[in-house]
Amino acid sequence: MKIKLTFWRVVFIVIMGLGLYSSFIRYFRGLGAVSNMTDQFPWGLWIGFDCLCGVMLAAGGFCIVGAVYLFNVERLHSVMRPAVLTAFLGYILFIVGLLFDLGRPWYIWHQLIYMNPHSVMFEVGMCVMTYTTVLFFEFLPNVFERFNLKTPIKWINKIYPVLIVLGILLSTLHQSSLGSLYLIMPSKLHPFWYTPALPFLFFGSAIAVGLAMTIFESTQSAKAFGRHLELPVLVTLGGALLVALWVNALLRFEDYFHRGMLRQIIKPSYETYFLWLELTLTFVIPIAMLSFKKVRLSPQLLYLASISTVLGFITNRLNIALIGFETYVGHHYVPKWTEFSINVMIIAMGFALFGLAVKYLPIFPAEGHSVGRPRRTEAAPVVGTAVLTHAGD
Amino acid sequence: MSKALLYDATMCIGCKQCESACAQQNKLPYNDTVAAEPVQSEHKYTVVMTKDDKFMRRLCMHCEHPACASACPVGAFHKTKEGPVVYDVWKCIGCRYCMVACAFSQPKYEWGSLNPRVRKCIMCPDRVAAGKQTACAEICPTGATKFGDRDDLIKEAKDRISQNPTTYLPRIYGLNEVGGTCVLILSSVNVEDYGYPASAKIGDTPMPEYTGRVMERIPDFIPVWSLVLGGVYWISHRRQEVAAAEAEEEAKNGSSR
Repeated sequence: MKIKLTFWRVVFIVIMGLGLYSSFIRYFRGLGAVSNMTDQFPWGLWIGFDCLCGVMLAAGGFCIVGAVYLFNVERLHSVMRPAVLTAFLGYILFIVGLLFDLGRPWYIWHQLIYMNPHSVMFEVGMCVMTYTTVLFFEFLPNVFERFNLKTPIKWINKIYPVLIVLGILLSTLHQSSLGSLYLIMPSKLHPFWYTPALPFLFFGSAIAVGLAMTIFESTQSAKAFGRHLELPVLVTLGGALLVALWVNALLRFEDYFHRGMLRQIIKPSYETYFLWLELTLTFVIPIAMLSFKKVRLSPQLLYLASISTVLGFITNRLNIALIGFETYVGHHYVPKWTEFSINVMIIAMGFALFGLAVKYLPIFPAEGHSVGRPRRTEAAPVVGTAVLTHAGD
Repeated sequence: MSKALLYDATMCIGCKQCESACAQQNKLPYNDTVAAEPVQSEHKYTVVMTKDDKFMRRLCMHCEHPACASACPVGAFHKTKEGPVVYDVWKCIGCRYCMVACAFSQPKYEWGSLNPRVRKCIMCPDRVAAGKQTACAEICPTGATKFGDRDDLIKEAKDRISQNPTTYLPRIYGLNEVGGTCVLILSSVNVEDYGYPASAKIGDTPMPEYTGRVMERIPDFIPVWSLVLGGVYWISHRRQEVAAAEAEEEAKNGSSR
């Protein structure tokens, strides 16, 4: 087999090369050499992005599974497999990220024997471990179908209701608990982001981002794999996203209102600028866009609204993890390039694995004939950068 | 009864003997370079700071309700019955949640190590358990660092303040902060000027309570939420089945006619 050197393959190789160099520094020179983390900033980009954002970006899995199986939104059935795949890969990569961030990753299994039920971190750890297993089982039918194994599919179908309920339960728990992690530091985290409502805000943002990511990923896959975009699916997701964003915005407003913060958040300061950036991307832009019917019916504009939402909530979590501590610490934390390069490597691995899975497994329903009820398929043009899958094919 | 340390900054002469005794006790390197370091680190559990001829000592506060012990997912920290908050390195996975959770930012990390440990003052637990005082209290030439029962030390601190109200600020730092600590500080200057977090900012509520309020609901939340999810699943599927059966019925009737 001859492998052609395309632009994206070269980019992928460069990313992996730099990532491997940084990994070498991480495991042979230590955390101090690979990162700009210090005693003042014990949590850096890896916790902020790989963990807080990674888990949020993988929320599409439980959102879509919930919509399809709990609320019978049959229309979304066609995006369920890619959403579950994204979630499964997302959680695996989150664990890979942890192996870089933990000081003693070879003791990660201590979670299972030295349990501390008072620790939020323990709860997050256990939920993530179990949920990744659940996602593995939700993903397995792809493999069984690929090799036409009828009996195991029957078994999986038998336990499917349990998997669904368990998956959503675990997601509710750990998505919100990621926010609870920060409840123990009221004196350190900036009041813009420290609030007793953190677990609710984290859960709410996970749902909004889950929906936005599904729009993003459907559009992106359509472009990358030359598939037809299903407009009704996108329209349904866009409508749901608008509702989710309104709920999030109201929660956020209520929180600031009750804590008497409304005056502070308009007073210019270092933190305010980051807060404004976050609020503009998460609420102002996508809500304004999605309020127009024209936008909700246009794949391109839906795609842009979903990107704004995702970037906004990423800003939100990075604000909580990094910016929100700078005033307390008294200086800035800027990640070292090696920290970025490991993040980029992990993301590139995600794209590559997604591409491979789509190539070899029945992730997308075969074009033309669908599983379940007949669907209307409409072709729609797509804009966007084609980062996806070019690395993996 | 819980043991504690009372540090009286007005009695401190800045000789740093506590630093060197601490280093010796914990088998850490100590020389002029280390002595000159003005901050705590993985090789310096306690520091004596100087500012305008006034001294101030910093060390782990050994909270009555330690945030680190509550935060650690593997329970690598615990408070012994005598008072010290100690660390079991063999459990640690290196998540550093303890460092983020500590209101006094006391846990430090071996950033340069390939098998890094969290480092902080552990209040000489072996000596304390054996009924001896801590190394720093034992060596202190002026009695600025005093070891004893927490209740006795609080009483003594109050006496000192009332006998010399002009010397001391009228407060004992650590008496109620984050629910009380086993290191108590008396001073003529604001401890906040030396990097201690302001009392008003950290408050009197034990830090573990903030997360505890959420964590204690989880055992109830799990069965309730499972039932709700299971119920919704059952209802929506029952509906689908009924719809399918009705459609079938209709089809049959249609064909028989």
